Amino acid sequence: MRAVRQVRGDVIKEKSVLSANDPPGSTVIDAEGLDYRELNRRVRQAASKAEELTLEGVCGQRYIGSGIRKPILLKIKGVPGNDLGSFMDGPRIFVYGNAQDGLGNTMNDGLIVVHGRAGDIAAMGMRGGRVYIRDGVGYRCAIHMKEYGKMRPILVIGGGTQDFLGEYMAGGVVLVLRLPGKDTTFPAARHLGTGIHGGRIFVRGPVSNTQLGKGAALREASEEELREIESLVRDYVGYFGGDAGEIMDSEFNVIFPKSRRPFGGLYAY
Amino acid sequence: MKSYALPRFLVERDERRCIRCGACERQCAFQVHRWHDGGEWANTDDARCVGCLRCATLCPTHALVVRRNPTETAPNAHWTPEVLANIYRQAETGGVLLTGMGCDKNYPAYWDRMLLDASQVTNPSIDPLREPMELRTYLGAKPDSLKLAKRGNKTVLETRLSPQLKLETPIMFSAISYGAISYNACEALARAAAELGTFCNTGEGGLHRNLYRYGKNVICQVASGRFGVHADYLEVAAAVEIKIGQGAKPGIGGHLPGEKVTPEISRTRMIPVGSDAISPAPHHDIYSIEDLAQLIHALKEATGWEKPVSVKIAAVHNSAAIASGIVRAGADIVVLDGMRGGTGAAPLMIRDNVGIPIELALASVDERLRREDIRNRASLVVAGGIRSSADVVKAIALGADAVYIGTAALVALGCHVCQKCYTGKCNWGIATQDPYLTKRLNPDIGTERLVNLVRAWSHEIMEMLGGMGINAIESLRGNRMKLRGVGLNREELEILGIRHAGE
Repeated sequence: MRAVRQVRGDVIKEKSVLSANDPPGSTVIDAEGLDYRELNRRVRQAASKAEELTLEGVCGQRYIGSGIRKPILLKIKGVPGNDLGSFMDGPRIFVYGNAQDGLGNTMNDGLIVVHGRAGDIAAMGMRGGRVYIRDGVGYRCAIHMKEYGKMRPILVIGGGTQDFLGEYMAGGVVLVLRLPGKDTTFPAARHLGTGIHGGRIFVRGPVSNTQLGKGAALREASEEELREIESLVRDYVGYFGGDAGEIMDSEFNVIFPKSRRPFGGLYAY
Repeated sequence: MKSYALPRFLVERDERRCIRCGACERQCAFQVHRWHDGGEWANTDDARCVGCLRCATLCPTHALVVRRNPTETAPNAHWTPEVLANIYRQAETGGVLLTGMGCDKNYPAYWDRMLLDASQVTNPSIDPLREPMELRTYLGAKPDSLKLAKRGNKTVLETRLSPQLKLETPIMFSAISYGAISYNACEALARAAAELGTFCNTGEGGLHRNLYRYGKNVICQVASGRFGVHADYLEVAAAVEIKIGQGAKPGIGGHLPGEKVTPEISRTRMIPVGSDAISPAPHHDIYSIEDLAQLIHALKEATGWEKPVSVKIAAVHNSAAIASGIVRAGADIVVLDGMRGGTGAAPLMIRDNVGIPIELALASVDERLRREDIRNRASLVVAGGIRSSADVVKAIALGADAVYIGTAALVALGCHVCQKCYTGKCNWGIATQDPYLTKRLNPDIGTERLVNLVRAWSHEIMEMLGGMGINAIESLRGNRMKLRGVGLNREELEILGIRHAGE
């Protein structure tokens, strides 16, 4: 097994977070063949000194970014495993590849940008921070996402989603862009916002009432919401390229909770 | 709509004793007592009485008697007054029947059908007042074997031990969330745990910032709603518990109604004031034992592999196979919660009809883990209806490493098990967030009462151990020869793994 391949200095200034190329001076860890526990141990160790880390040859290692409380910059080349950034509190993660299930699970703060797609339950129980996915996502994303005070989680999906997006959602914002060529799943997605009792899901393009879950309602986005969407689209274009104006030139719908108390009348006295 | 349900209780005032002080009116949040004309006369609305006995206990002249309503429905063994009242309530509201605390039905309590052994003649009993007696218990995975090495003159342990929780007595306080109970009750539990050298459990409501100082004696829970779960919370606690199920309501989630989400609870759970806190029935990242392993390891990663991770399940039909999976998934502690386990709110039908008695689940889980040779890989903690030190001793003899007590701890704080926790009007200041009611529970006195209870139980445990000629709780663990059944059939004896009395 290969260890930390090169360490070229402890403190590195952030150059371009959008570039896949390592800025000179970045700490590089070769993840190939490393068990997740060993990889994460090395990441934590390096994170205590460096401000920027690049992981190369990542292939399915779980929990990357978990337990780090510093706003370090973490670049991941390859495919990180399940629970990327779970319980994460601060790091900024850029993935140059696809992500698997459970991305941003119970995440508190930080940023995850995925140059690819993400699997099921992305942003589950997420409470703060931002997640941008270039392409589509799997089932039950943003399930039980919640917000609190100034903490307001944001999930932006470039492609489509599958069933049960925003189930039990209690806060935060999800934006589904369904960009041409990136969405094959949304038109068939059902049970959207089942049990939603807080937060909003913005969807670019048409949504059918039959796609909604129990407790969810549908309307067109307001002027104010369009401004909010536009700022998220600008972020998206900043990370992945594209034309914000072109993306915004479409209808936007909002899936929102019918009630903040979905089970208020369920019980006998 | 006129309610056809008869009052459950009658409240009787002895006019000769009553001094018209009005304490009864002030003490009752259910508004049973009303004084009129400046204290001239009182009326009592019996229909509102829940039987919590706060008024009768606090009445300075003991002028109040609360008793069950003697009015009888036509005798019927099947259609009991309780069954009728439930149907009336549902016919009037169309709602799900709610209740609090644990199952109150007359299912067998196997604790009461098992008797302990004592030494006579052939092996001497031990007097714990004069001789050493060890109750200290370590919870966590134990290695399959120990590797020792010689370094110079010293023998050193080479095997790396898993993180352990050190308990001075095998009794911990069950998971009860801030939200289900008041801040003062949480504080009393945390302080008592610290003073006793044991642990309390946050439940799924997070840990109030003021209580972080007791973190070394706190097990923090991660439940499906993930309320209040963040890095500080995981960091401050001594262990992390994944709550899969609860004995009072196996298979369903939780629901803290918005009106109970006060600013302090909002801060602790990290959800907006007044919003419903809904815990889904399953964890949506757990659909299999492999997924459970993933969450266990996610929490180990998030806490630097320094804390034991516990998994709590309700005792259900296949507990043994499930527990085996939990141990293989990497849990350091398995918690089994039986059907007598309490709750702040549960649908009545689920509380009273789902799950199995903890004694049978414990015996079968311990047996299964032993047979599979993995019993050492996790500690076994049982919860759900432990009422006395004798129940604790029997649980340990059946194979538990330690027990959780919830209802017993709340009773120590004043609870009278009226089962109305879900109303948020607890007159004892326990299951309420109303500041007028919560201040009735003084955390200093609460701590003292809990410490007294657990010290008394611990001493009784020592006496029982001594009587059996055992000087360490370790030697009782899983020692089923110290138990005998009375009035149990062959099948029950076989499941419990014990012999009948006289055998």
